[in-house]
Amino acid sequence: MKNILTTSSLNIGYKSKKGVTTIAENLNLNLEAGKLITLIGANGIGKSTLLRTITGIQKPLSGNVYLNERKISDYQPLELAQNLSLVLTEKLPPSNLSVFELVALGRQPYTNWVDILSQEDILKVQEAMNLTQIEHLASKKHFQISDGQLQKVLIARALAQDTPLIILDEPTTHLDLLHKVSLFKLLKKLTQETQKCILFSTHDIDLAIQLSDEMIMMTPESIIQDQPCNLISNGSFSNLFKDEHIVFDAEKGKFIVT
Amino acid sequence: MANKKRNTILFVVLALGFLLMFFASISLGSVTIPLKDVVASLTGGQATKSTWEYIIINYRLPKTITAVLAGTGLSMSGLLMQTLFRNPLAEPYVLGLSSGASLGVAFVILGAGFLPSFLSVIALSSYAIVLASTLGSTLVLFLVLIVSQRLRNTMAILIVGLMFGSFSTAIVSILTYFSTAEQLQKFTFWTMGNLGNLSWTNIGILIFCVGIGLLLSAKSIKPLNALLLGENYAKSMGLNFKQARLIIILATSLLSGAITAFVGPIAFIGLAVPHIAKLTFQTSNHTILFWSTLFFGSIIMLFCDIVSQMPGYDVTLPINAVTSIIGAPVVIWLVMRKRNF
Repeated sequence: MKNILTTSSLNIGYKSKKGVTTIAENLNLNLEAGKLITLIGANGIGKSTLLRTITGIQKPLSGNVYLNERKISDYQPLELAQNLSLVLTEKLPPSNLSVFELVALGRQPYTNWVDILSQEDILKVQEAMNLTQIEHLASKKHFQISDGQLQKVLIARALAQDTPLIILDEPTTHLDLLHKVSLFKLLKKLTQETQKCILFSTHDIDLAIQLSDEMIMMTPESIIQDQPCNLISNGSFSNLFKDEHIVFDAEKGKFIVT
Repeated sequence: MANKKRNTILFVVLALGFLLMFFASISLGSVTIPLKDVVASLTGGQATKSTWEYIIINYRLPKTITAVLAGTGLSMSGLLMQTLFRNPLAEPYVLGLSSGASLGVAFVILGAGFLPSFLSVIALSSYAIVLASTLGSTLVLFLVLIVSQRLRNTMAILIVGLMFGSFSTAIVSILTYFSTAEQLQKFTFWTMGNLGNLSWTNIGILIFCVGIGLLLSAKSIKPLNALLLGENYAKSMGLNFKQARLIIILATSLLSGAITAFVGPIAFIGLAVPHIAKLTFQTSNHTILFWSTLFFGSIIMLFCDIVSQMPGYDVTLPINAVTSIIGAPVVIWLVMRKRNF
């Protein structure tokens, strides 16, 4: 499988006036095409810092992030936008955007200076809406649809951006179980049908174990990337939460409160 | 798509409305001049009375052109600010840019007395007034920008804008205390707003400033569309945010600064027009909003100008009063509605 994004001896954290805070050291992650990869870890462990670093928003303390075998810091903003798209957790500012217009914004890295959509742009937008099954929402305003639908629209926007790698920050947060599962399945389907690599952070570990190809697990001691079955068999999950009342049941493949 | 057809029809209607208002604004006033004489004088022919021709060329036409420039420029700067600040109530007047411009102009008009006489002549030239006014509005815009980086709260930014307004008013009142009656009168007339006081030279300067401001706004269409999803999404779609923001700020301060310098602070046009454009075309796409804001801006400003002339009467209302009477209810309605726009 083709490597989309790799990191070599990456140290992440942030510098402030008081000194350097290291969150994780010597990371060698490897994101391959066609894989659905989830990032898990307790609150405050530094998932966001990791995502910010590998998307080039934040500088690493040391080491490198390579996107398509090229340093991410060498990319011009426009080139980067053609290779990496994001789905963020933040609330959208008020606007009159329709679903179609919102998805079409994903074509910005390809449109001319007055932002006119070409025939190809329109095709890509329709394809993205088709894949995420939101065509029937096209003319609705973005504030008229449910949270689950909006999440799909934002994913469609990222698809329209036509990048080999899509990174999502906690896309399942405000959804009920039904919509969580359907979103997981959608992402899984997208990786299989489009051979894109999709990385996303989540707190729905049970679902992640069942549906992701690989998981990146963050604990204070280490960051491990492996297949879910391996993580179960080598007992890694029992280190995820430092609490005696939360135990991982390897047979059932889920966390149990004692 | 069905939308495209509807938009074409709307733009044709707007273009006709613009022409209608343009000629009506030349034709109506304390003396009503028949439309055929208006057309005749404008196309170089003979009007029925030579005084009419004189009125049209030296008084009505400059005023009408000024109204178009002020209407389009203020509305455009409102549109830019509303998207940049993610704030539906942002506009030059509400955010204190006009107050900043007033402060600049107050320093020049009222402070000229403190300067040696040869400098005070320079200070009172229209170039100096434009410069002072643009600097004043840019300064306030930067302050608002710094505050808005720290406070994401919509209302907080508006309150800060109000405070800048009170602050400049206070400085202005201190300046008036030390100025002569003549300077004071000049400044007071300026604050009431006047579309009809511009010489052809000044109109030339205004056309130049508004032209550059509108070109910069046109260049910002794509960044503004990206910013509809917020700063972070915009960056992830390849936007050079700092550069785009600088261009938007330059355009806004040039437009509101130059217009305020020549016609005085005009309230609410910058706030109401972009919303009327957004509601009419039911879109946030700035390519469409750019053109519709230009049309609506000039039509509404020309309408306010006609109202302020009180056709058939000898009195003229201050333009700022007319725009406030029409604009303030729009703002109240927007706040009450309080949904996404």
